[in-house]
Amino acid sequence: MTKDECKQVVLDIIADIAPDEDLSNVKPDVRLRDQLQLDSMDFLDIVMELRKRHAIEVPEAEYPKLASLDSCADYLTPKFNALPPKS
Amino acid sequence: MKHARIVITGVGLTAPNGNTLSEFRQNLLTGVAGIERIEVRYMGSQLAGVCKYDPLKYQKKKEVRVGTRAGSIAIYCAREAVADSRVNFEAQAKDRIGIYIGCTEHGNVETENEIYNISKFNYETKYWSHYHNPRTVANNPAGETSLNLGITGPAYTIGAACAAGNMGLIHATQMLRLGEVDFAICGGVSESIHTFGIFAGFKSQNALATHEDPKKASRPFDRARNGIVIAEGGCLYTLERLEDAQARGAKIYAEIAGYHVNSDASDYVLPNPQRQSECVQAALKRAALAASEIHIVNTHATATPLGDIQECEAIRSVFGTGCPETHINNTKSFIGHAMGAAGALELAGNLPSFDDLTVHPTINVDDLDPQCALPGLVLNQPRTVAKVDTILNNSFGMLGINSTLIVKRFAA
Repeated sequence: MTKDECKQVVLDIIADIAPDEDLSNVKPDVRLRDQLQLDSMDFLDIVMELRKRHAIEVPEAEYPKLASLDSCADYLTPKFNALPPKS
Repeated sequence: MKHARIVITGVGLTAPNGNTLSEFRQNLLTGVAGIERIEVRYMGSQLAGVCKYDPLKYQKKKEVRVGTRAGSIAIYCAREAVADSRVNFEAQAKDRIGIYIGCTEHGNVETENEIYNISKFNYETKYWSHYHNPRTVANNPAGETSLNLGITGPAYTIGAACAAGNMGLIHATQMLRLGEVDFAICGGVSESIHTFGIFAGFKSQNALATHEDPKKASRPFDRARNGIVIAEGGCLYTLERLEDAQARGAKIYAEIAGYHVNSDASDYVLPNPQRQSECVQAALKRAALAASEIHIVNTHATATPLGDIQECEAIRSVFGTGCPETHINNTKSFIGHAMGAAGALELAGNLPSFDDLTVHPTINVDDLDPQCALPGLVLNQPRTVAKVDTILNNSFGMLGINSTLIVKRFAA
């Protein structure tokens, strides 16, 4: 998975949990909470959907690494690439 | 003690056969039932009353996703009621508005959904939603309404099984009289068709209706009745002290005339006609009305074989003789049993009788059960009558809670 693909995975999740938001122009280097109506429960949603959809675990201490699309990609892409191949 | 007079100034509702009072009333007068078949988890096709309001009229998509069906129904009804009241809502002191919503149950839908959800993950609880607690707290529908409308006064639900819809109005009346609030949004809501447990529970009680024609499935008082049709729905009212309503020139639907709440203390599920009769009598006494002065009695009857007979026994004991101007009907025959919303919805369906002097019928009575043959029963066709100045609304619930609410035509 590339970092751009990883960003799209995160955006797909946000599209479901924040369906009123316009995601066409999300700036990757800006904190998601500074440009979208997302609260702490929504971030728990992102963590939950990563767990459910992709078997990715994000420990609570590492939640700050989900702050922006860029930081998501930096943090999550290696995790995706470390997943065992789907059978 | 002299109490403040309390009046109804707005109505917002969603029923299986109407999303406004006028649409609902029109369908009650033209015999249009709102029952259909839905797929229920684990149980397959079941009869149910389903509401077709547009949640996005008053909620964002995210609110609908995060919240509950009961919360969404409550928000829709509250917004509609406030709009109908024509109060200057922006100018109202939000900390002086109370929200009192009756519920039969709350939380079953979300709990069932989460158990189903984690069943897909080998029952690992780390997949359990972080929204479970805010969705399942008992005050959820009232709390969601307070969030949506920015109301900062007291907002809570009243758990009273299927007597709850009446209880919302009764409690609001009490709070207005105590001066706790200046404006109340009150009534009842139900999301019950979204939980398989209530269907399975009634089925295990042999109390779940079956019929090949959904529109004919809810048939109180008919000899072939075989149980309850479960419905969702909601109906919330705006209530105000008369002087406040008059000061702003509000339309007044009706005045709260009397009420009573009591308990059977006799069985978990079987009704007690003696206590029901006592409840009705006490409400009449509080309203300072004789039984013969009640023009419409809206029954609670849910179409269970025994329950209908027992309510009829209670009604007969009060209205059985000497009440030639008392007409008796049932709204569940159109919409099924909307549980916590039932009392509030059923009252709303009858309020227009003050204006059109017509009593909506009980439909689906092809063969009247002789044990339910009350004098004054309005069967299958609406009846135009000489006078409607009072409406008595019964709602009874499990664990033996009974509520009777009487409203009267407003006269200054």
